[in-house]
Amino acid sequence: MHVKLSKVRKAYGKNVVLNDINMVLEKEKIYGLVGRNGAGKTTLLKIIAAQLFPSEGTVQVNEENPFENEAILSQLCFVKESQTYPDHFTVKDILLTAKATFPLWDETFCQALVARYNVPVKLRMRKLSRGMRSVVGVIIGLASRAPLTIFDEPYLGMDAVARQYFYDQLLADYADHPRTIILSTHLIDEVSELLEHVIVVKEGRILMQEDVETLRAGAVTVTGEKGKVAAFIQQQHVLSSQTLGNVTNVMIFGTISRQERLQAEAEGLSFSAVSLQKVMVHLTDQEKGSA
Amino acid sequence: MSQMDGEGRPLFLQIAERIENDIMEEVLKEEEQVPSTNQFAVFYRINPATAAKGVNILVDQNILYKKRGIGMFVMTGAREQLLKKRKAEFYERYVVAMIQEAEKIGITLDQLVTMVAKGAK
Repeated sequence: MHVKLSKVRKAYGKNVVLNDINMVLEKEKIYGLVGRNGAGKTTLLKIIAAQLFPSEGTVQVNEENPFENEAILSQLCFVKESQTYPDHFTVKDILLTAKATFPLWDETFCQALVARYNVPVKLRMRKLSRGMRSVVGVIIGLASRAPLTIFDEPYLGMDAVARQYFYDQLLADYADHPRTIILSTHLIDEVSELLEHVIVVKEGRILMQEDVETLRAGAVTVTGEKGKVAAFIQQQHVLSSQTLGNVTNVMIFGTISRQERLQAEAEGLSFSAVSLQKVMVHLTDQEKGSA
Repeated sequence: MSQMDGEGRPLFLQIAERIENDIMEEVLKEEEQVPSTNQFAVFYRINPATAAKGVNILVDQNILYKKRGIGMFVMTGAREQLLKKRKAEFYERYVVAMIQEAEKIGITLDQLVTMVAKGAK
């Protein structure tokens, strides 16, 4: 599915939650949505999923308005972090409801996931542990095969093994059945290799939309003698800087040619890779408005 | 998810290099079919678009070729071609780096030559 947001703004009274959001999600790509708590991620996802009206601006899914548009909404699956279910519903009831809701639902895939995760299908949803509730959400998101599938921090309470299995299944199933996937997450390093694109939200605005490969290639730490580092980074976008005695350690974001790098190394500077998580922390942790 | 190295080199280059290694070590033989982009993606736990980018580099360099509707195969002469390329890279990647480090810690050229000869025994 193709998603386009133009000049989207969302405000509750004087409280502006989202402002000037312009973004395009191309079909059949995996997007990561990152940002700190309260940055507006969930609000943004709800607007994309037509569960919340923007105060201003337009939302288009496959070039149509998704609001109360059954043809679009049936192709959209939104797995929420804090999904609530009717009190008396068992896991089985939930899965049957999902099966009836999503036209592309794969029951065999669903059953395989249920077995693999040892989901107690006869229990009521509210009796499940936090992690198991998340697992149910993840199963629905995967088995829905919805052309636009949104996971909003789907892994709460899931342990590392369960999360890894989710990522593996997501990737394998996406490879066979490509669809547009948005994964909102704090655990960027866990998923960075699955993503094609990252969208960074900060204080209700989009700070950056970038190809993951470009981000990965652009972020690097330079370490060396203070004066030499300072000279080298003159033209670079500096994310953070630390000095210990005569040695400076600077995280930069930009493009360094192979030639520049070899020359700098010959002068005694050393380079090391920076994890995407660290880049995100520095991008989103600067003082209000300074980025 | 950190199967890939931490050098910060683009993932697609790392994928291309792994396939190259498999060809050089004859894990993948000439005129043999290589796994699909999706199989690579799932195996290395990376986005299929990234895997495709890595595979396409090798197609552009005539290491792999596509048979329409069947898949991707290793070109005849691919191994020879790769060995040539790696030899060309060897100087910059290993020799230059070694000499730099040697200078830094005060090893003379003569000492270095002796060490290399000793290591080669």
